[in-house]
Amino acid sequence: MSLFTEITIFVLAVFVGFEVISKVPTTLHTPLMSQTNAIHGIVMLGGLIVVGFANDGIEYVIGTIAIAFGTINVVGGFMVTDRMLGMFSKKSKPSTSSASRPGADGSDKG
Amino acid sequence: MPDLLSLPYSVLKPGGDAATALYIVSFSLFIIGIKRGTHPTTAKQGNLIAAVGMAVAVLTTLLLDGIGNWGLIVLGLGIGSAVGVIASVRVQMTEMPQMVALYNGVGGGAVALIAWSEIRHGISLGEEIPLDELIPVLFAGVIGSVSFWGSNIAFAKLQDLIPTRPLAVPGQQVINAVLLIGIVAACVDIALNNSDPSQGIFIAILIAAALLGNLVVLPIGGADMPVVISLLNAFTGLSAAAAGFALDNVALIVAGTLVGSSGTILTMEMATAMNRSVSNVLFAGFGGAPAGGAGGATEERPHTSIGAQDAAIKLAYADSVVIVPGYGLAVAQAQHAIKEVADELEERGVTVNYAIHPVAGRMPGHMNVLLAEADVPYEQLREMEEINPEMSRTDVAVVVGANDVTNPAAKNDPDSPIAGMPIIEVSEAQQVIVIKRSLSPGFAGIDNDLFYEPNTSMLFADAKAAASEIAAEISQL
Repeated sequence: MSLFTEITIFVLAVFVGFEVISKVPTTLHTPLMSQTNAIHGIVMLGGLIVVGFANDGIEYVIGTIAIAFGTINVVGGFMVTDRMLGMFSKKSKPSTSSASRPGADGSDKG
Repeated sequence: MPDLLSLPYSVLKPGGDAATALYIVSFSLFIIGIKRGTHPTTAKQGNLIAAVGMAVAVLTTLLLDGIGNWGLIVLGLGIGSAVGVIASVRVQMTEMPQMVALYNGVGGGAVALIAWSEIRHGISLGEEIPLDELIPVLFAGVIGSVSFWGSNIAFAKLQDLIPTRPLAVPGQQVINAVLLIGIVAACVDIALNNSDPSQGIFIAILIAAALLGNLVVLPIGGADMPVVISLLNAFTGLSAAAAGFALDNVALIVAGTLVGSSGTILTMEMATAMNRSVSNVLFAGFGGAPAGGAGGATEERPHTSIGAQDAAIKLAYADSVVIVPGYGLAVAQAQHAIKEVADELEERGVTVNYAIHPVAGRMPGHMNVLLAEADVPYEQLREMEEINPEMSRTDVAVVVGANDVTNPAAKNDPDSPIAGMPIIEVSEAQQVIVIKRSLSPGFAGIDNDLFYEPNTSMLFADAKAAASEIAAEISQL
C-alpha cells in the first residue's frame, strides 16, 4: 500500500470516528469508552506479525509479551463492556415497587 | 481473487486481496459496533458485533503467510485470554474506571513493544529503513510508552495505591519540556541515521517517554482522572494506527484511528462537563494549594449533624425527594440499600428521583451503571440540567457519598479551583441531608461549603449502613 493510500484511509477513518459517536447519552459513556478501548487491542495483530519474524531470544520475549498484552486488552475489554451493558438489560424486568401516588401523605400511617 | 477461492487450503498473502477483504469486513464490523454502542437498546449487540470483528481480524492475521513461532503465539494468546477473563469476571462494578485504565495501559505497552521489535528487525536486516516506516515506528514507540505508564499511574491513583492528590515535582513543567525536546531530538537523530539507527537511542527514547508518562499524570488530581484515561485511550488508538502504518496493516490503521477520533470526542465531552479544557487538566495542578489552605479552617466551622432516625422522619414526611449519588455510594456498595430507602418512600407516596451529575462516580455514566445494577428504574435517573430547575421545589435532597459535584463554591466563589464546574444545585432544596463519613474534602481535594449551610444536616456514617438504617426507620414510622 502506498503511503498516500494509507494517509487517505487514515483521514477518512478520523471523520468516521467523529461522526459515528457524536450524541451519546451520558449513560453509555463508560461502556462505549470500554468498548473502544477493547478495539484498540487490535494491536495484538502487530504482536502476531512481529513474532513471526522474530529471530533472537529478546525478540521472542518482546513479541510474546506484546501478544499477551494485546490479548488482555481485547478479551478483558469486550468482556467488561458486556458485563456493564448487562446491567442495563436487567431494566426490562417490571419494577417491584408500587408506582408513586402523588398527593398521598405518609403521615396518616404513623 | 484467486486468494479468496483457495482460502481454506493455503495461507493468505499479507496485503493480498483475500486478507484485505477480510480486514475490510473486520473494520466495518467495528464501525457498526461503535455506532450501535451509542444507543441504549443496541449497545450490548454493538459490543458483540465489534468482538466478532476482532475475531475476524485475529483469524485473518493467523492465516497470513509469514506468521510463525506458533508456540509463542499460543503462549501469548493463552496468558492474555486467561488474565483478561479472570480480571473481567472478578472486577467490581465500582472498580470499572481502574480496569479501563489498566486495559488501556497494556494496549499502549503492546504498541511500544511492537515498535521496539520493528526497530530491532530493521537493524538486523542491515538495510536502510524507509522513513515512511521508521517515523510511524518512532511515533508508536513514544505514544505507546507514554500511554502505558500514564495509564498505570491513573490506575494506581484510582486504586488508592498512590495519593489521589496532585503530586508535583518542583520545576515540573521544565522537566517535562526538557524530556519532550530530548525525545524529539533523539527521534530526529534516528530518522537521520536511518541506514544504521542505534537501538540504544531507541531504548532511551522509550525510557524518556515512560518518565514523561509518569510525570504528566502524577500532578493531575483524582477528579480529573476520567478525562486523563479517556485522553490516553485516544492516544493508544493513534499509536495503534501508527503501528498499522509501519506494518502496512489496514485493519490496525482504521481501528486505531477510529478509537483515536472517537476517544478525542469523548475526552472533550468529559472536560466540557467539568467546565475544564483539556490543556487545563494537563498543565494546571488541580486543587493543591486550596486544599492545604482550607484544611486548617475546616475543623472550626459549625455544622448540623443528625442521626438516621431524624433523617428518616424528614424523608418520610416529604412530598418530593431527590437522591444525589456519588462515588462514596459506589465504594460503600450502597446502591441496593439506597434503592430500599427509595422503595419505602414510594410506598408512602413520596416522589423519588435520582440526580445524576455527568461526572458522578469517576467516569461519565459510571453512576448509571451502578444504579442499574440495583434495578433503579431508568425513568428515575434524571440528568443534571433536567433536575436543577426542579430543585427549589424539592423538599429534601439526599447527598450520598457525593461531594465536589454539589459544592456551591463552583457557582459562588470565582477563586475556587472548581469555579464554573456545573453542579447539582442541592442547596436550592428546602432541606439537604448529606450522608458522609466525615467532613473531609472530596476527590478534588477541596472543602465543600454545602456542609456548613443552615439547611444542611450531616449524617456521619458509612453510606450503606446509614441507608439500611434509614430504610428500617421509615418502615416503622
